[in-house]
Amino acid sequence: MAVDQKLNIELGKQGVMVTTIQELYNWGRRSSIWPMQFGLACCAIEMIATTMARYDLARFGSEVFRPSPRQADLMIISGTVTKKMAPQVVRLYNQMAEPRYVIAMGACAISGGPFKQGYNVLKGIDRYIPVDVHIPGCPPRPEALIQAFMTLQKKIDEQHLTGEGRPRHLDQEAPGEFPVPDFGEHDLEPSSNPGTWTVPKIIQ
Amino acid sequence: MKSVEDIKAAIEAAVPSAKVAVIPNPAPSAQHSLLIDAQHAVSVAEFLRDDEDLALDYLSNATGIDYLDKEIAEKVKVTRQVPKLVDGVEQIVDETVEEARKRVEPGYFEVVYHLFSVAKKHGPVIIRMRTANRTDQVELPSLTPVWRSAEFQEREIFDLFGVVFKGHPDLRRILMWDEFKDHPMRRDYVEPDDFEYEPTPHDEVLKRAQEHRSREQGTEIRDQEEKVG
Repeated sequence: MAVDQKLNIELGKQGVMVTTIQELYNWGRRSSIWPMQFGLACCAIEMIATTMARYDLARFGSEVFRPSPRQADLMIISGTVTKKMAPQVVRLYNQMAEPRYVIAMGACAISGGPFKQGYNVLKGIDRYIPVDVHIPGCPPRPEALIQAFMTLQKKIDEQHLTGEGRPRHLDQEAPGEFPVPDFGEHDLEPSSNPGTWTVPKIIQ
Repeated sequence: MKSVEDIKAAIEAAVPSAKVAVIPNPAPSAQHSLLIDAQHAVSVAEFLRDDEDLALDYLSNATGIDYLDKEIAEKVKVTRQVPKLVDGVEQIVDETVEEARKRVEPGYFEVVYHLFSVAKKHGPVIIRMRTANRTDQVELPSLTPVWRSAEFQEREIFDLFGVVFKGHPDLRRILMWDEFKDHPMRRDYVEPDDFEYEPTPHDEVLKRAQEHRSREQGTEIRDQEEKVG
């Protein structure tokens, strides 16, 4: 239940703050998204540029890149995910504590990009872990990454803490751990996690 | 720098039993290369590195090439003795007939090394080695003991082509994982059927899409499509 904005301003002038737990909770979550310090390919260079003075990601509360998955909230898949690297990416994601978010940055991370039909590149990381925001581009500009951050913040802000579509960490039924694929003799096994991804149906 | 013919002569003088052949390059770059036999490859390489005139102390690049089995159709002139009537009398006459024959030239893997000299500031000298075939005799001597920079590149050739380098200190896969069984750069490599979907398939991808769809005819995916349609 949102508080009427005009009333809120009026109350604020009198030194009274009225809010809801949901608003406060989501404000806290969206204002301190700490990404994991982790880059995979050339997109990582753009990610680094985004954190530096010119683009200044710190404005969004994300200046602290944590070197450990235990302390990070956000995984930016910045670059090509090879089949050899994919199990490690899933394992790192499993080691992150809830609430956790994923941004797939760049053409390779969202679909395999120019390497899509190659023998060694995954056709998008969403085959194994749930992705919150996809950014196209090769590589995306820092502005695009900032746009993704804002999209993610908006997404968090709009989440209800109860009922359908509540955050995963408040849902007892939601999966906490995602299966790590095995190195097979010809390909990764399984080649995707049906719980997070299914082949899009082509309607003609 | 010496020409390839001179280098060939120098190698043959230094390593008496070595078999060296010049492979000409008809392109404008005219980078002719030397095909050396696997048996004497290490001693030839040591000569190329240690010789005072050549002093090829730097291996910049090693790569592999896959040549498939080649079927060669050729016409051969064969002389046969044929009975024939000559002036009403049957005689046996020699006759030359053209006969079409087919033979299969076995394929091979080729490994190419580009050598430079930092001391003398010349290069490249290109040497090649070939395996006996591309199925069971795929061993070649490793040149890592001669040039240390060959180590990772020979591992890569082993990984992607399946050429086994004898004498390599640490011959493991380098790009693909250890459990992987195939060699993806071989020309007869069969990719796993991992086609998913493509909104507008064309060319190679269209071929894969059609193969994939024909394999899936009558399976559950078709049922799903019917439900959606």
